[in-house]
Amino acid sequence: MDYRLQASDLECLIQAIRNKGYLLYGPTLIDGAITYGEIHSVSNLPQGWTDDQQAGQYRVMRRGDKAYFGYAVGPHSWKKYLQLPRRPVWKVAKQNQAIEIIEVQETVPKQAFLGVRSCELHAIAIQDRILSQGDYRNESYRQRRAQLFTVALNCTSAADTCFCTSMNTGPEVTLPSDLTMTEMIEGREHFFVISGGSEAGTKIMEKLPLRPISEGERKLAKERVERLAEEMRRGPRHFDSSDLKELLYRNLDSSNWEKVADRCLSCANCTMACPTCFCSTVEDTTDLSGEHAERWERWDSCFTADLSHISGGSVRADTRSRYRQWMTHKLASWHDQFDSSGCVGCGRCITWCPVGIDLTEEVRTIRALDQKQVRNQEKP
Amino acid sequence: MIPTVYRVSERSVEYPGTFTLKLEAENPEPDKLPMRFAPGQFNMLYAFGVGESAISFSGLGSDDGNLIHTIRAQGNVTRALERLKAGESLGVRGPFGIGWPLHATVGREVLIIAGGLGLAPLRPVIYAGLLGHLAAIRVRLFYGARRPSELLYREELAQWGQQLNLEISVDHGDGTWPGHIGVITDPLQAAQIDGANSVAFLCGPEIMMRFCIQVLLRKGVPASSIYLSMERNMKCAIGLCGHCQWGPNFICKDGPVFCYEDIRPWLQIRSL
Repeated sequence: MDYRLQASDLECLIQAIRNKGYLLYGPTLIDGAITYGEIHSVSNLPQGWTDDQQAGQYRVMRRGDKAYFGYAVGPHSWKKYLQLPRRPVWKVAKQNQAIEIIEVQETVPKQAFLGVRSCELHAIAIQDRILSQGDYRNESYRQRRAQLFTVALNCTSAADTCFCTSMNTGPEVTLPSDLTMTEMIEGREHFFVISGGSEAGTKIMEKLPLRPISEGERKLAKERVERLAEEMRRGPRHFDSSDLKELLYRNLDSSNWEKVADRCLSCANCTMACPTCFCSTVEDTTDLSGEHAERWERWDSCFTADLSHISGGSVRADTRSRYRQWMTHKLASWHDQFDSSGCVGCGRCITWCPVGIDLTEEVRTIRALDQKQVRNQEKP
Repeated sequence: MIPTVYRVSERSVEYPGTFTLKLEAENPEPDKLPMRFAPGQFNMLYAFGVGESAISFSGLGSDDGNLIHTIRAQGNVTRALERLKAGESLGVRGPFGIGWPLHATVGREVLIIAGGLGLAPLRPVIYAGLLGHLAAIRVRLFYGARRPSELLYREELAQWGQQLNLEISVDHGDGTWPGHIGVITDPLQAAQIDGANSVAFLCGPEIMMRFCIQVLLRKGVPASSIYLSMERNMKCAIGLCGHCQWGPNFICKDGPVFCYEDIRPWLQIRSL
């Protein structure tokens, strides 16, 4: 059931969630970028700001209105609150010849996310399948995820780098969320269309000064999202993703990998910005006494030489093999491993690539080379 | 998932830089069963403050709970494991992965093909064969090493020579080496093999396995009867860290033992 929440009452929503004991995170302007941080009040939100995103470019700028969510996703993703960038795993005490290993028990906070886009809900669902639904689990992730409260947001505008329609992950929120909203600015009217998707969501809604919504307003909100989807489907970054696995599997020796490697810095930015990249490594350390050791887990990237290091050296010693690993994992082998693509079309890897490598462009290039090859083979 | 503490109960040097540890649980809990493993699986061995290394089981699975691991000192962790003396402690997580399909040996000739340290994960299969646990027609071992001084399990090798069909090849002779000098594919090529009724287990450097597979295929061993143990970097051993990916496979949980028929396309791609 949809309701109307006045934009001026957004503060009520924020405080209602916080009053339930949640640590609330949401978009906030830090260091010239819209990133995710703690939200204490509506004043923390980047109201009236938007962003311009291109391959290798990101700028925030003023909007002509007072929209609270008038921008696309920034450099951070929610994964930093679920799969922690760095966390202690175990501690070891050594006395004489004996060692004792103790698991680090984490106090997991109740977290709520405000303004989760559809692509990001998909990203969280993808990480769920990897980190909390297999035979083995990342217990820290599982506990954080189990208590999570989400306020999802339908997108009515997109960055130029967005391609969720190609990956079937947006812009409309279709996955379950405790609450789902659409921000509407119509002349002097500024409001949210809000609906509940869980018991926890309904309980929060009971605390809000909601009004019934007119059929016209409800339809208009829906149209805004649909209109964006249509625009994106006509845009330059839209492509057919249905056969990407087969396309990339038969092009593991494509000449294009060398071409990308000429530009790629192997800097790992794309993997850090990606909301689904889950690779991690561990660091083992001792203190000066030599009697205490710790193990920490931290994010890792397939663009490092270390990730594939075995006794004979790095398996992926060059950038060509690392970029190929990243892209084919994301778009192809992920399907075999976790029954979905590993890409949600959020465009972060495009924006935050320092040299502006565009995954959608690489897909198009590989497809063009592939079709040329097929045509050549068909010639008598 | 945290390691259980084990103690080094015996330590022996195979040859300089390569050693075998026998481990016993430090505080065996009365209600906890000793670790059971399948040949071809591996443990993560943790050296205090340095880290973990994936090491396959090299011993016989027995009820006394002792674990046998043969290790080459190569990186920081294995060098720290090398420094462990009898009585000292280490952490053990496991067992992990999918091992050798012993059921596939029933009524077949088993070709065990090992290169260098690759003999270590195959020793439990050899033991199973010698103890009559495999309903195989016979077990044959083809073992290639760099030089005579770098042969593993020397005393046992002498015994095995009496008990099973054994071919050893070294890359470099030492003047007194009476056996074959060259690559292991030579004795494999020269052997009379009933391909259709054979099953092959391979472990060794990838290049050695690739060439041996070509010989096996030429001798009529079906791709579905060739199994190999793969190596990649492993950190978590439980499919979460992403390090050991090889095409769609996670070596730690989908392997390390794979059927050649299933992974043939991936084995052909370099730097995958």
